[in-house]
Amino acid sequence: MTRAMFGRAMRAVDATAPTTDMSAELASLAMPSPVLTASGCAASGRELDQFFDITKIGAIVTKSVMLRARSGRPTPRMCETPSGMLNSIGLQGPGIEQFIEEDLAWLRARGARTVVSIAGESVDEYGKLAQKLRIVEGVDAIEVNISCPNVVNRNQVFACDPEMAANVIQTVRRQSDSKTPIFAKLSPDVTDITEIARAVVRAGVDGLTVINTSLGMVIDVETMRPALAGVTGGLSGPAIRPIALRCVWQIRQALPDIPILGVGGIRTGVDALQFILAGANAVSVGTMTFNDPSAPMRVHNELAIALQDRGFESVSQAISYGHRAADIFEPEDEGEAEPE
Amino acid sequence: MPVQVRGEVLDVRRAGVYYVLSVTAPGIPEQYRPGHFVTIGIGGEESGLILRRAFAIHQVQSRGVYGGTLDVVVGVQGKGTRWLSERRRHDILDIVGPLGKPFILPKEGVPCVLVGGGYGAAPLFMLAEQLRERGCRVDVVLGASTEEKLYGVLDIKRVSSMLTITTEDGSSGTKGRVTDALPGIIERNDSAVVYACGPMGMLAAVADIASEYRAYSQCSVEESMACGIGICMTCVLPVVGDDGVTRMVRSCIDGPIFRGDLVRWDEIGTIPADALGAPALDAS
Repeated sequence: MTRAMFGRAMRAVDATAPTTDMSAELASLAMPSPVLTASGCAASGRELDQFFDITKIGAIVTKSVMLRARSGRPTPRMCETPSGMLNSIGLQGPGIEQFIEEDLAWLRARGARTVVSIAGESVDEYGKLAQKLRIVEGVDAIEVNISCPNVVNRNQVFACDPEMAANVIQTVRRQSDSKTPIFAKLSPDVTDITEIARAVVRAGVDGLTVINTSLGMVIDVETMRPALAGVTGGLSGPAIRPIALRCVWQIRQALPDIPILGVGGIRTGVDALQFILAGANAVSVGTMTFNDPSAPMRVHNELAIALQDRGFESVSQAISYGHRAADIFEPEDEGEAEPE
Repeated sequence: MPVQVRGEVLDVRRAGVYYVLSVTAPGIPEQYRPGHFVTIGIGGEESGLILRRAFAIHQVQSRGVYGGTLDVVVGVQGKGTRWLSERRRHDILDIVGPLGKPFILPKEGVPCVLVGGGYGAAPLFMLAEQLRERGCRVDVVLGASTEEKLYGVLDIKRVSSMLTITTEDGSSGTKGRVTDALPGIIERNDSAVVYACGPMGMLAAVADIASEYRAYSQCSVEESMACGIGICMTCVLPVVGDDGVTRMVRSCIDGPIFRGDLVRWDEIGTIPADALGAPALDAS
């Protein structure tokens, strides 16, 4: 009797645990999950490891590191906005040397796959950062942050100019181990994101992270001054999800083969699914990790169920499925589609 | 190590202009030390208010009918705190804690002063109890702009050697500020440690007075934070380290309790020019 009940309980568990193959690839980086953290939303993984096993997700994307220690911008650095937040941190960090000695060493000892995000103020600095990373272990990929809006000269966001973006990527590519995949993180604040995407692909990038924050602003009506000390800041969270998704979609249409890491306001498994259907090979959970420190792991689990519910046996089957030939869609009128 | 738990609301009761929220939080009371805080998710899983709100832990009970429970004191300041004040019994909350570094307690039974501004009094109750258990004299000063913004006057009276109340409008206790009363208390009792929680301006003034009287001070700061666990870098303030170098440190995991004499109070909201990694003076 007891055994029979136990057996039934076991079968019930088996029936609900999704069997989806969650393995994912970003260029040559193979991962057991398509869910990563996002740069600037996970520090270097140590704090989040208290809430879930960081080796179980795709990878930790570390906070953008610069050549030297940097204090960042004054406070207030943050402001809540509808379904999102503005930040103006200004790339506070320890500098590459200390990052390698402490953070990267910890991640390697912990056995977490690591995508190291780098940020420079000049092409030369990006090159030097790549040189430093070339000679250390534990760098599974490099994400080149060419799109941080919180830099001194906001007219010099590399990702807003195809030539400048390509220069940075060429330099990093030259200075890096040829086996290390390099991703460029793009800004949505451009007229045509596919133009920038094409430029960095030509420059030798292995994949694209789509997208960074979008520049925004809030005025405090009590003080009647900008709410952030940095005046403007990067908008993130679910508020930018449709923009991020549109960017992934457009780039996938323009560049059918480039690996894409989709980022922007992902909160749940079905949010992640939207990005994968739009063409992302993997996704990052960013700002929503502030809301729920277990979010990357939870999104992984929810995504496995969401895929299985729709008949997908693996993540890879669902990639770009939203782009499938029009004849299997319902007949559609010309012009504006109805919102779902 | 902090845990993330689903807590069940047991009670929300009014206390002056504040609300005291009692909630089950298995795993948190067991690890609690005075000064720890929790963060609470706002509005449920679909909420447009995506940032958790941070609260100093007011009281904990490790055992009892409900297992581990804790209380926080909520001052309604905006949509998020209003939502919390409107919770009812059996509602479920997403709670993370215990977070931050707690107050450091003296090894010996030295005289201590506890200073609370408004609902900043919240973390001082269990601190007072633990100090008393160590044989410390515990003087308490609570202050607010007006009587209804004082918190916990009757309760803290029970655990304090002497309680002093100040209000700026004179509606309760002595008219004035906590810092008007503090020097006399330190002098009379030869206080060795000053613990403080409240607005930044009050903390700065308390830290100055403590330094003046060569008392050690422990201040619990309130900086706006997005994550509470050390990953967002929004809640930084300039603090001098053991090596004499000023760094922009996270109030969530390097604090919220700081030695008052090490915080560069006047420069909060700036990057001091000599802080580690500060922009070079010749740049822009």
